[in-house]
Amino acid sequence: MRSVRALAATAALSLLAFSTIAFAGGPKQGGILRMYHRDSPGNASIHEGATYSLNVPFMPVFNNLVIYKQDEAQNRMDNILPELAESWAWAGDNKTLTFKLRQGVKWHDGKPFTSADVKCTFDMLMGKAQQKFRQNPRKTWYEQVNDISTNGDFEVSFNLKRPQPSLLALLASGYTPVYPCHVSPGDMRTHPIGTGPFKFVEFKANESIKLTRNTDYWREGRPYLDGIEFTIIPNRSTAILAFVAGKFDMTFPTEVSIPLLKDVKSQAPNAVCVVEPNNVATNIIVNSSAPPFDNIDIRRAMALALDRKAFISIMFEGQGDVGGTLLPPPNGLWGMPKEMLETIPGYGPDVNANREQAKKLMQKAGYGPDKHLAVKISTRNIPVYRDPAVILIDQLKSIYIDGELDVVETANWFPKIARKDYMLGLNLTGNAVDDPDQSFYENYSCGSERNYTNYCNKEIEKLFDGQSQETDIAKRKKLVWDIDKKLQEDVARPIIFHARTGTCWQPYVKGVTVMSNSSYNGYRYEDVWMDK
Amino acid sequence: MFAYLVRRLFLMLVTLFGISVVIFFLLRIVPGNIVDILFAAAGYVDPADKANLEKELGIDRPLIVQYWHWISGFLRGDFGYSYVSEKPALQEILPRIPITARLAGLALLFSASIGIPLGVISAVKQGTRLDYALRVVSLSGLSLPSFWLGLLILTAAVAMFGQIPIFNPNPKTWLEAFATYAVPAAAVGFRSAALTMRITRSSMLEVLRQDYIRTARAKGASDAAVNYHHALKNAILPVITVIGIEAAFLIGGLIVTETVFNIPGVARFLVEAIRWRDYPIVQNLVMFIAVVVVFANFTVDMLYAVFDPRIRYTD
Repeated sequence: MRSVRALAATAALSLLAFSTIAFAGGPKQGGILRMYHRDSPGNASIHEGATYSLNVPFMPVFNNLVIYKQDEAQNRMDNILPELAESWAWAGDNKTLTFKLRQGVKWHDGKPFTSADVKCTFDMLMGKAQQKFRQNPRKTWYEQVNDISTNGDFEVSFNLKRPQPSLLALLASGYTPVYPCHVSPGDMRTHPIGTGPFKFVEFKANESIKLTRNTDYWREGRPYLDGIEFTIIPNRSTAILAFVAGKFDMTFPTEVSIPLLKDVKSQAPNAVCVVEPNNVATNIIVNSSAPPFDNIDIRRAMALALDRKAFISIMFEGQGDVGGTLLPPPNGLWGMPKEMLETIPGYGPDVNANREQAKKLMQKAGYGPDKHLAVKISTRNIPVYRDPAVILIDQLKSIYIDGELDVVETANWFPKIARKDYMLGLNLTGNAVDDPDQSFYENYSCGSERNYTNYCNKEIEKLFDGQSQETDIAKRKKLVWDIDKKLQEDVARPIIFHARTGTCWQPYVKGVTVMSNSSYNGYRYEDVWMDK
Repeated sequence: MFAYLVRRLFLMLVTLFGISVVIFFLLRIVPGNIVDILFAAAGYVDPADKANLEKELGIDRPLIVQYWHWISGFLRGDFGYSYVSEKPALQEILPRIPITARLAGLALLFSASIGIPLGVISAVKQGTRLDYALRVVSLSGLSLPSFWLGLLILTAAVAMFGQIPIFNPNPKTWLEAFATYAVPAAAVGFRSAALTMRITRSSMLEVLRQDYIRTARAKGASDAAVNYHHALKNAILPVITVIGIEAAFLIGGLIVTETVFNIPGVARFLVEAIRWRDYPIVQNLVMFIAVVVVFANFTVDMLYAVFDPRIRYTD
C-alpha cells in the first residue's frame, strides 16, 4: 500500500513538475497590465489626433485592415499582416487595392463588422462622408485614393488615381484603425467602440484609462491579458519613481530619456529596458520668404555650422542618429547610407572645416567678426524643443550669428509658424510610418498644411510622384536618396538628428516589442502576457 | 449686527461679480484658445475645420454674448460642457472637489496642530536651544518649495521602504485612505505650519509681556493656565487671520503637491484646464474657488467676534 502511495505521489509530483516546465515556456492568460501615461489625451479618437499619447492607450481597442507584425521591431512592407482583412491584392495596373474581409467579426457593442464600416471610415478620412471628424490631420494620406467601393459585405476596394504602393504601409499604421459606421465621431471621442483585443471601459481625464479583455475577440486565444490600466502621471519624476517602486509593470513607451534610463537601471536593476529610435527628427525650420534667410548663402552657412554629433552627445549621451529627412539605416528603411550623407555640405566629419566654409559664405553675405547677424530662434516651450534650440544658438555663434531664444507656448506655436512670424524655428517632426510618401508629401510638398516653411520646388515635386509610383523597392530607394540629398542641399528643413529613447518593463512582462522605426504602430498588446 | 451681515453679504456678491468679469476677460487675454491648441496638437491648421469648431464651441461669438451665456448659465446651475472631454463641466469638477477639500483640510489641520503648539513653546522658551531649533525648523519650512519637499519624500520612501505614497484611488483600509492624504498634506502643510508657528510665536511674545499675564502669574496661576488660557486666547487673532489667508493661498501649493503625488484633485485639474483653454472648466472652477475664499474671509471675520468679545460689528 505504501509503495502505491509513493508511486502516486511521485507521479503527481512528476506531472506537476512537467506542467510547470511546460507552462513556464508558454504565454499565460490573465493579469492586468499597469502602465503610466505621460499626459491626458484630449479625447479617445485616434483619427482625430496626431500624438502617440492617443495610439498607446486606444490602439488596443481597434483593428486595422492590415497591421505591421507586432512582434518585429522594424516596420517593413514584407511584415505587414492581414488583420480585419484576410488577404489583399493589387489589380488594374496597381491602381486598385482589393481586400477580402474577415467574416464573423463583431464590434464591441455586438454589431457585425462589414465592408460598409471600412467604406465609412475612409470616406470620413477623405472628407467625403456626411459625418465629419472635428479634426482630420491625416486627410493628405489618402489624396491618391479616388474612392472606396464595396462588393458585398466582405470585399472592399481602394481605387487610386495612380499607383501608390505605400498605401499599404499607411493602412498598416496605428493611425489607421477601422471605425464602426453606426457610432458617431463624437461618441468615438468619448467612448470608442472597436473590434480589437481590448474593450474600452472608462477614460477619466487626468486620472486613468481602463481597458478590459474582449472575450469575443476574433483571434483565438488572444489577448492574454485580462486588461490594461493606464494611470495618467504627467510628472515624469513621480512616474519613474512609481515604476521603480513596482507600482507599474511598464513605463510609457519611448518616454524614458537616456539620462533617466541610467537612474532606472541603477534603482531597478532587474527592469528590462530597450533603447530604439523613435523616428522623430529634430530640425530647423527656416523662413526663407523674408530676409535674411531668403539668401541661400546664409541658409547654407547655417547648415554648415551644425555639429550634429555634439547635439547627440549632449542630449543623448551619444545615442542618437545623424541622417537626412528619413530615418537612417539600419533601423530606418529609406535613409541615405553614411557615405552618401557625408557628401552633403555640413554632414562631413570635419566640423571646423565646415565652419570655415560657413564663415566665408557669411562674409560674402556681408557679415563677419565686426558685424554679427542677430536672429530670433523660436521654439515651443517644451524641454525637447528648448534644449536643442539652446545648443543651436551656441553653435551659430561660431559663424557670426547671434541667436536669441524665443520660447512660444504650444497654443501659439502653429498659428505663429503658419503666419510666417519667425526667422528660424527649432522643430520636431514625427513620422508615423517609415515611408517616403508620408514624409515628403506632408512636410515638403507645395501647399501641404504641414509644410511649415512653404518650401516649394516643382522639380522635386515631380520626383516625389516618381518615387511614390515605383514598385521596385531597390529602384525606389535610389530615387528617395536623391530626393533626400537634394532637400538637404536646398536647406529646405535642415535635419539635426534623429532621437533615440528608452522603454522599460518589469522582468515578468513578456511579449513586448518596441518598434525601431516608428513610435506610433506597436501598441495592439494582444501578444503581451505576464509571467507572474 | 444684522445690518452688518446684510452689508457684508451684499459686498460679497459685488466681489463675486467683479471676480467673474476678471476671470472671463483675463482668460480671453491669454493667447490662443482650445481650437488653436487642438490644431497645435494635431500639427496642422485647416482654416475651414478651425472655423467650424469655433462655431460649434460658441467661441466665435462676441465676448459680451459669451459672458452673458456663461454667467446666466452659472446662476441657473447650468455650467456647460468641458471643451476637451465633452462631458458636463459639473460632472468633471464635482468628483474632484472632495479630494482637494480633504487634502486642504488635512493640510490646514496639520498646519494648526503643529504650528500653534510649537509657536507657543518657542515663545515660552524664548532664547533657549529648543527655541533656536524650532526657529530653524520654521525657517526651513518657509524656504523649502513644496514640490521639492514632495519629491524628496517620494524618493526617500522608494529608497527606504520600496513603496511610493502617491494617490491610491481604491484604498482597502481606513489607514490606507488616511495615508493617501496624510503624506501630501504634510508636504504642503509644512510651509503653512512654519508660518503659523512664527506668527504664533511673535504674537505670544507680545502678549506674554502684558501686565495681565504678570498679574495672573502673581495670583498663582499655573504655567499651562497662563500660556494657553490667558496668553494664547489673546494671541490667537493674528494666527486665525494668517490661517484664513493660508486657506486661500493653499490652492497654489496644492497645484504642485497634487502634481507630484499624482492626486486627481481640482488644483491639478485647473492647471490642465488652463493649458487646454477649457473655458467652461476654468471659469466655473475659479468661480467656485472665489466663492470658497470669499466665504472663508467672511467666516474669519465672524470668528474674530467669537474669540475676542471686545469686537462687536455694528452699523
